[in-house]
Amino acid sequence: MAVQSSFKNMSLCLLVICLVCSALLAGVYALTADPIANAAKAKNEAAIKEVLPETAVTIEEEKSITVDGQTYTYNRAFDDLGNTVGCAINVSALGFGGPIAIKVGFDVNGVIWNTKVLSQAETPGLGAKCVEAAFSEQFKGFNPVEKKLAVKKDGGDVDAITASTITSRAYAWGLAVAAKVFGEIVGTPMPLDAWTGATAN
Amino acid sequence: MGKFQLITKGIIKENPTFVLLLGMCPTLATTTSAINGMSMGLATMFVLILSNIVISAIAAYIPDKVRIPSYIVVIATFVTLLQFIMQAYTPAVYETLGLFIPLIVVNCIVLGRAEAFANKNSVVDSALDGIGIGLGFTCSLTLLGLVREMLGSGSAFGFKFIEGDGILAFVLAPGAFLALAYLIVIFKKLTSKKAE
Repeated sequence: MAVQSSFKNMSLCLLVICLVCSALLAGVYALTADPIANAAKAKNEAAIKEVLPETAVTIEEEKSITVDGQTYTYNRAFDDLGNTVGCAINVSALGFGGPIAIKVGFDVNGVIWNTKVLSQAETPGLGAKCVEAAFSEQFKGFNPVEKKLAVKKDGGDVDAITASTITSRAYAWGLAVAAKVFGEIVGTPMPLDAWTGATAN
Repeated sequence: MGKFQLITKGIIKENPTFVLLLGMCPTLATTTSAINGMSMGLATMFVLILSNIVISAIAAYIPDKVRIPSYIVVIATFVTLLQFIMQAYTPAVYETLGLFIPLIVVNCIVLGRAEAFANKNSVVDSALDGIGIGLGFTCSLTLLGLVREMLGSGSAFGFKFIEGDGILAFVLAPGAFLALAYLIVIFKKLTSKKAE
């Protein structure tokens, strides 16, 4: 090594390296900040369209509502005539490997249209199956007033994933929370029998 | 050593996963499927090539006592750049790998090659070494991911060839160790025959 390890050399070297690296990072960050924000926005809008009826063409700006001290974000959607089609609510439930973020779409009657997992860290091969259609399909057209959003083991109407009760329970609980939030958004709290069971979780 | 050998030695003689046993953390964590393993390998290769090039170019100007922190800053910068770029232009890939990208910083292969090769060799040789070791890492991770995916989920690169689940343990952590151990045994057996 040609350069001596004197205090001056070492400080200077680290200073220069850190300056160059920070400048590089700042530059690339400035360049990619917009595409990153756009990608996140496109992903969110795609998810909203996925959980709502096809007639939803206009998506309202994201709003938030506080229910039981928790803040939830949601988007309402309208068809081409301006009628409300439904509402997509973001909820998060604590699964086996961390929070499971779910987007839940309701039609105007408060029936679940579809659900989508936005992020999860469940066990591969077990709880991670919550993203698969085999599990999530059962929530299409699920009416939280008529049926109970809890796994069958807990006396509800949700078929759990084999060997993944904790994940299934979290999913059902998240949907029950979404149903309650939906009731608050439309201003008429849902008569949810299921809710009492879900809060015990 | 010829230029060509610089590349091939990384794939067989100094294979980072099966021979040097470096970078075990991302190896075990990301190889739940062949695609995941391959993507992790390619991302590491990208960082490795760039960090090898830059470190071999600046090594002469870095005082010995601060070389490790300097290398780490360089490597971390490349990893963060990669993260930004993936997030912006390939969000789908980023979604599956996002969690593991920061792991590349602490991957001992990258720092190991900087320490053992790049700071003593020319820029071109270091780039070739990066390609070789990167390819070796990518191949091993893809292979390990493929074995675990086939045994654990009954599919290969996402295409299912059996009904049902397979031996679930292979997708989970214990299966990672088992599959890796058997692959190392097979690899040793094959390469030692060659040497004789």
